[in-house]
Amino acid sequence: MDSTTSDSTPETRPGVSASAGLPEVTPRTDAAQDGKVGKAIFTLREVRVSYGGIPAVENVTADLIQNEITAFIGPSGCGKSTLLRCLNRMNDLIASASVDGKVMYHDQDLYAADIDPVQVRKRIGMVFQKPNPFPKSIYENIAFGPKVLGMKGNMDEIVERALRRGALWDEVKDRLKTNAFGMSGGQQQRLCIARTIAVDPDVILMDEPCSALDPISTGAIEELMLELKEKYSIIIVTHNMQQAARVSDRTAFFNVDKLEAGKRVGKLVEFDATEKIFTAPSDSRTEQYVTGKFG
Amino acid sequence: MPVAESAITRKTVERATSGQRTKDLLFRLALLFCLFVTVLFLGVLLIDVAIDGVPLISWDFLTSFPSRLNAESSGVRPALIGTLYLMVLCAAFIVPVGIAAAIYLEEYADPNRWYNRIIEVNIQNLASVPSVVYGILGLAFIVRGPIDIWGLGTGDPILLAGALTLGLLVLPVVIIVAREAIRAVPSSIREGSLALGATKWQTIWKQVLPGSIAGITTGVILALSRAIGETAPLILVGAIAFRLSDPDIGSRFSALPIAIFDAAEEPKDEFQILAAGTIVVLLAVLLIMNSVAIYLRNRYETKW
Repeated sequence: MDSTTSDSTPETRPGVSASAGLPEVTPRTDAAQDGKVGKAIFTLREVRVSYGGIPAVENVTADLIQNEITAFIGPSGCGKSTLLRCLNRMNDLIASASVDGKVMYHDQDLYAADIDPVQVRKRIGMVFQKPNPFPKSIYENIAFGPKVLGMKGNMDEIVERALRRGALWDEVKDRLKTNAFGMSGGQQQRLCIARTIAVDPDVILMDEPCSALDPISTGAIEELMLELKEKYSIIIVTHNMQQAARVSDRTAFFNVDKLEAGKRVGKLVEFDATEKIFTAPSDSRTEQYVTGKFG
Repeated sequence: MPVAESAITRKTVERATSGQRTKDLLFRLALLFCLFVTVLFLGVLLIDVAIDGVPLISWDFLTSFPSRLNAESSGVRPALIGTLYLMVLCAAFIVPVGIAAAIYLEEYADPNRWYNRIIEVNIQNLASVPSVVYGILGLAFIVRGPIDIWGLGTGDPILLAGALTLGLLVLPVVIIVAREAIRAVPSSIREGSLALGATKWQTIWKQVLPGSIAGITTGVILALSRAIGETAPLILVGAIAFRLSDPDIGSRFSALPIAIFDAAEEPKDEFQILAAGTIVVLLAVLLIMNSVAIYLRNRYETKW
């Protein structure tokens, strides 16, 4: 088992000071009750996700901090997407998936018996690898979430606000009624982000949001992420190490452990401030990965 | 003797032998012949019917009641109205039931459970059960038997019983087509909706169904056109050819295939022509329905 991951608890982790000289963030009024900056939004303890009894990722212990961008990096098959999808219970859609250990969101156990996954996803939104706009107008794409959640208020204003925050308003304000399928891939992905923002979540999970996009669109989305972290906590899975280094405050490096009989399981190797991961990692595997020796 | 040139050193491309070309040609001719046979029989049949039947078509023919004595003044009014009734009632039955069944099988059923697998296999099988068997089912369970209420206690073979029997007949087809349409909606759409905090039901109702409605509608219309062309089940549930008033849901009824069957049984030539005219009417109804199906598919299909 991995020893480097188990020593971080909310008490011992030096919250904000570890965030690599990044500007301090203001805690959201509706969240950080104790007023402390750098409060953990997710507390993971010995988390293991299995498919049909076979573990895909295990031994994950980490605190993901509020109003930060946390990056999950690692080679293919290391379970980083699997772990991400258990943070808003998207894994529930796969019948054979099961989660062990503790996944705490603020102070609630996300996998407690009385937790409704639908309520979890209202607070914890998700942006997917491939842009997945609905086959409707741009306006309807944004309005869908607020409508099904029964949000009060002027829908035109909600849509405009979400599109502005998604840095898309100026590009689409004259064609809100046109089908979203007519947008470019980068615009579609920003629409998906805006759609997530429209329901005013607490956390945005991003599963390789830029892997299908060109560098300019990627740049636009990274810029957007840096703006959004003022208000939201973002957790991003990425294959792109430069992206992790550019946008994230903290980085978790996952690796694949090859077991006997060809079995593989993902492990969290190191979780620290991004600057440290990329300049002075404490684990040799992390160093090899971030310097491009494997992966 | 010089050593034979190997294929690699040779600079020219080998010519096709005449044998290969002949084979190619024969194969194409065989395919063409099969197509020709199919089209020929269909074409001859249609032309024959059209020659006999089309001159008969007039407003009077569509709006007159049938006559056993005088084929010339005979019309298809009750049969046409009966068929339209059957179509609407059948649709009212199969649309909600078929779509609901398809949603269950696609979105809720766990395919690993044995009972779901049995249901699935049996729906495939039901789609190929002969229509006459459904007719007997309709007679035994809907006209008479446990669901005798359709005859309002009288056990009469009423129009609603015919519509339900036809509905049972085409339900498996509707379910299969609706499932395919639902499956064509990418799972990324469902995930996108669920990730916004929509419930499963909201996701199905507001994303999956609108995304699959074109395919479902097309399937329903094609199923209906099969239903209204059926004769055997209607004979078994007691449709009649000669009805001298307009049918309604609770009355005995006629339908176009029944009228065709009945007229074709008469030995006199005039009635053969009457049958041809009725066939033309039925084909026209089917053609209109299929055109509507194609139009709807092209107009509303979502390209993923």
